[in-house]
Amino acid sequence: MNEAQGAAMIEIRDVHKWFGDFHVLKNINLTVAKGERIVICGPSGSGKSTLIRCINRLEAHQQGNIIVDGIELTDNLKQIDAIRSEVGMVFQDFNLFPHLTVLENLVLAPHLVRRMPRAEAEEIAMNYLGRVRIPDQANKYPGQLSGGQQQRVAIARSLCMSPKIMLFDEVTSALDPEMVKEVLDVMIGLADEGMTMLVVTHEMGFARTVANRVIFMDLGQIIEENEPRAFFEAPQHERTRNFLEQILSH
Amino acid sequence: MAVETTDDRVRNTSFVFWSSSKYRTKFYEVLVLGLLFASLYWIINNVVTNLNRLGIRTGFGFLKQEAGFDIGQTLVTYNEASSYGSAVLVALLNTVLMSLLAIVFATIIGFVVGVSRLSSNWLLSRAATAYVEIFRNMPLLLQIFFWYFAVLRALPVPRQSIAFFDTIYINNRGIYAPSPVFEPGFGIVIAALVMALGVAIALRRWARVRQSRTGQPFPVLVTSLIIIIGLLLVSAAVAGFPLSWQVPALKGFNYTGGFSVIPELVAMVVALSIYHASFVAEIVRGGVLSVRRGQVEAARAMGLRPGQIMREVIVPQALRVIIPPLSNQYLNLAKSSALAAAIAYPDLMHVLGGAVLAQTGQPIEVMTIVMGTYLAISLLIALFMNWYNRRSSLVER
Repeated sequence: MNEAQGAAMIEIRDVHKWFGDFHVLKNINLTVAKGERIVICGPSGSGKSTLIRCINRLEAHQQGNIIVDGIELTDNLKQIDAIRSEVGMVFQDFNLFPHLTVLENLVLAPHLVRRMPRAEAEEIAMNYLGRVRIPDQANKYPGQLSGGQQQRVAIARSLCMSPKIMLFDEVTSALDPEMVKEVLDVMIGLADEGMTMLVVTHEMGFARTVANRVIFMDLGQIIEENEPRAFFEAPQHERTRNFLEQILSH
Repeated sequence: MAVETTDDRVRNTSFVFWSSSKYRTKFYEVLVLGLLFASLYWIINNVVTNLNRLGIRTGFGFLKQEAGFDIGQTLVTYNEASSYGSAVLVALLNTVLMSLLAIVFATIIGFVVGVSRLSSNWLLSRAATAYVEIFRNMPLLLQIFFWYFAVLRALPVPRQSIAFFDTIYINNRGIYAPSPVFEPGFGIVIAALVMALGVAIALRRWARVRQSRTGQPFPVLVTSLIIIIGLLLVSAAVAGFPLSWQVPALKGFNYTGGFSVIPELVAMVVALSIYHASFVAEIVRGGVLSVRRGQVEAARAMGLRPGQIMREVIVPQALRVIIPPLSNQYLNLAKSSALAAAIAYPDLMHVLGGAVLAQTGQPIEVMTIVMGTYLAISLLIALFMNWYNRRSSLVER
């Protein structure tokens, strides 16, 4: 276990992954310190989502090592369970459980996985619903909420497991423009509290103000990695420059 | 009624009643109803006249008369001296028994095969696919004949029965197994069983409350089984094991005593279960596939285990897609059970469409009874499934 200041929360060493013949991740090396906020960007199909999905084993890597909070990801199911209960993940299309109310969505995992008394889990859930500013929606079903509200519920649902790391996979891509801000505000609040975050996003404004480091991926490789000011003002690689021009041009 | 204007700028053609849409509609309604009643009167009148001319009795009076034939499987007391009414009841119960057994087995096999088809295990999923493609693509009547003639009737004669532990015998006349004989004192065992079940139910409730309060799960199933078996053994020992078995024995041409099942019932239940299970499997597969992948990923990302994901996330969402077509399948099954007549299993179709029809010579009344009964069975199934569908459908919004 690494308890030291600035200790690595996530260590990714020489990781390769293939989907059949397709080489999605090529020799990825990345160390994320506790409390660090990393934004990963890149064109679609560059492997950025696959990379963060490897961190909680929604995808298995075939070569190299991934160590999360001192636990290595292997085929050992106990270790996978241990890591999953420490790593929260928010998805592009929310993936709330439509047959459960908002409150039940939030209580499910703490009650069943952490074996927390229901009353206590509900108290924590209401607390997080307050933090994402929708405590009045607790007894509604996800289908009754707007996209932005659903995504905030999804964030609260992950937080209820008190994760040490949060993964965000293009969480604002499926939202109407006016709802993007309410979700980003919640994420900024989380960053201010010192949460270790890996964020796959195209929101460059968020990257500029919140990230400690921005990573650019293309064709399964990390092309460039820098602190945001240098990344946006003086990108080193041709491909990064092209990408930034395209997404910042409008 | 619209007021006709006298304004010169509006052109009004002279009013004739058949150009009014309202009168025209009424006219056709009256015409159609009139024709319908006229033809109904003509048909009924014809039938009654013909029946009278041929000297055929009408009405349901025959139900109280002696039937005079025996039935191979009776769930209630029935003999040759019983009435046609009792014969109808016996036949109805036989149909219900066959359909219920087949529905239960088709559901179990169907769920197992349907889920197996989605398994990542190559052998298992291919075996399940083969099952579905073989059994849903051959006529049901053919499958019934196969199980009856090629399998069950091809078994050895009673004298050369296949025997298991010298207690269970299988031959071409049926399956014979020991039946329990309850001796005085068995009431104690029954009381113990009731008590154990009560304890198990209370335990389940307590465990649920406890998990809700403390978050700790409790091994309800194992504990309940231990309590039930333990109490049964203890009570049986106290009462001096008040149960004996009547073992079937070969007397003359066949086994008597004990519990027996006729091969026709076995063939029907096996054929109906296996055939309809292949459809149930596809229904179940479709239901599970209808749950979006992201649902499972979100549950996995939160650390839920596969069993919990199945119970809490997949099943509640899949059920709403599974139940409506499953109800259809149950209705199909109940109706296709009428094919039992082809191998002379004494169900509604065979008894009423056979002996009762031939002896009474009253086809209209007999067929009305058969149709009404099947309709009632189907409506009861539909009623139950609609209730279950409402209970398990998603609230969502």
